[in-house]
Amino acid sequence: MNPVTSPESGGQAVTRKPSKLAKTWKEYKKCRYLFLLLTPVLIWYAIFAYAPLYGIQLAFKDFRIMEGIWNSPWVGFKHFEFLFFHSPDFFKILRNTVVISFYHIIFGFPAPIILALLINEIRFSKFKKITQSLTYLPHFFSWVILSGILLTLLSPSTGVVNYLIELVGLKPIYFLGDPNYFRFTLVTSAIWKEIGWGTIIYLAALSGISPDLYEAAVMDGANRWKQTLKITLPSILPVVVLMFILRTGGILDAGFDQILNLYSPATYEVADILDTYVYRVGLQNFQFSLTTAVGLFKNLIAFTLVLMTNYVAKKLGQEGLF
Amino acid sequence: MKPTRGNQIFQAVLIVFMILLCIVMLYPFVHMLSISLSTPAESLRTGIHLYPREVSFYAWERVLSRSDIWIGFGNSVFRTVVGTICSIVFMSMGAYPLSRKYLPHRSFFTMLIVFTMFFSGGLIPTYFLIKNLGLIDTRLVYIIPGLISTFSMLILRNFFQAIPEEVEDSAKIDGANDLQILFRIIMPLSLPVLATLSLWSAVGHWNAWFDAVLYIQDPAKQVLTTFLRRVVITGEDVSIFSSDSQSAVLGYAEPIKAATLMFTALPIIVVYPFLQKYFVKGTMVGSLKG
Repeated sequence: MNPVTSPESGGQAVTRKPSKLAKTWKEYKKCRYLFLLLTPVLIWYAIFAYAPLYGIQLAFKDFRIMEGIWNSPWVGFKHFEFLFFHSPDFFKILRNTVVISFYHIIFGFPAPIILALLINEIRFSKFKKITQSLTYLPHFFSWVILSGILLTLLSPSTGVVNYLIELVGLKPIYFLGDPNYFRFTLVTSAIWKEIGWGTIIYLAALSGISPDLYEAAVMDGANRWKQTLKITLPSILPVVVLMFILRTGGILDAGFDQILNLYSPATYEVADILDTYVYRVGLQNFQFSLTTAVGLFKNLIAFTLVLMTNYVAKKLGQEGLF
Repeated sequence: MKPTRGNQIFQAVLIVFMILLCIVMLYPFVHMLSISLSTPAESLRTGIHLYPREVSFYAWERVLSRSDIWIGFGNSVFRTVVGTICSIVFMSMGAYPLSRKYLPHRSFFTMLIVFTMFFSGGLIPTYFLIKNLGLIDTRLVYIIPGLISTFSMLILRNFFQAIPEEVEDSAKIDGANDLQILFRIIMPLSLPVLATLSLWSAVGHWNAWFDAVLYIQDPAKQVLTTFLRRVVITGEDVSIFSSDSQSAVLGYAEPIKAATLMFTALPIIVVYPFLQKYFVKGTMVGSLKG
């Protein structure tokens, strides 16, 4: 935390030796306009990002509305004990969260990378641009809109998807109501929404690869596949790692917006996740303390995972976040 | 490089695949638009809907004559415009000082902000905070809690950082202070990235629904997305349209749903082709380091 003296300060020329505090004060004063800009932003962070941390104590208390957060009695780890050892739901929702999120990572994470590699191979630049723009499109709509569309398209009786399925002679599938298919529907529709948008960062990385490398590879007789394997993939690896670290932090985010708009009591069994549980049980059934504990659990896991992947990435010689 | 035969086949396969992909991306919206303009019988026809074979504007008339859809529209426009402007100003105010290398304790302040990306209080504590601040059932709840996206602010900071220092130095010699430098020089130089972040913010505001569900009960303060949710997703269905001539409305359940949906989606679809390039510019996730 060494504040660097700015070039125009001429700090060396001053002969008297100011105390450390006075020196800091001087530096702050010199940057007073910067702090004038920064202070409101820091206040916003204090209120909207740090003040909610104060409410986390609810996880260790029995919340009583009349007494408020501060005066409610402490109960230690009671809520966590209940969740881990007595709750009929907790392991179900934890399993759902992890399984759905795992599918999202296995299928959803590589999807834009593959699409980016394919788009990169297209030779007609105009066609390439149009493809890109069209694949971004669903990203810009909320899950409220997309869920409405899915409800129509996936309907087992009139939906066009089942029309096509029946056309090839298969039985119609109740994608949104059948627990066997619901997770598949979630993952596929999420890929549909985000695949195009996800390619942007990889395409940017791909366009940064020097053409010399490919020319040299061609000289050595490498075919397209070899080039992809030996040049393209290693070149975009740092970006892939960075995106993966960011993604692991969200491993317990299984898609709240999407699920809340798509699930129904028929599919709670396979699709009720930590976030939807917190919303339903916490804010609709007023079990504030219990669900704060669930939220805290989720946050701690996510935070630990980011630190861990970051550490591993660094150990493997990649650049991490911190 | 001369295209070999194998390469040509590969290109052909690639193009066919991409065309199919584009159809998959685009068709759902065409389908909904077609349904919204259909007669009841046409709307229930199974199969592909590229255009309505029997056209009816009844659903759109019903939807556009509802007063609450216009209330929702007004509130959505309000939060999109005001929210985006406030966000951009606020994020610039944060990003500029953090982009100056000589800011004392710069890495400490950056850490404070980056930390919030990875750890938060969670839904329930946030809800109580909003409640205690008295923001429940006010339109401010659309603007203030989401004022800053840390991710966007860091992108902006990295962009500001990349502007050559000479620009700032020469302005300082001319006697400008940091406020003037930011608003008169740095921000105008950063228009492309500001345009991208504004669009992200605007789309985010237009699409936002959860804050309205959580914090707003007053019907006069609802936004378009919550109205759409009532019509399309939650149980209330199209019955809220049935105040008059019930039977006619009920036959039009599907077209009315589709019309409400398209009404909500249309602003994005309309601006998308024109602003498409700005959505993507300046998207590179600059590393968080610095």
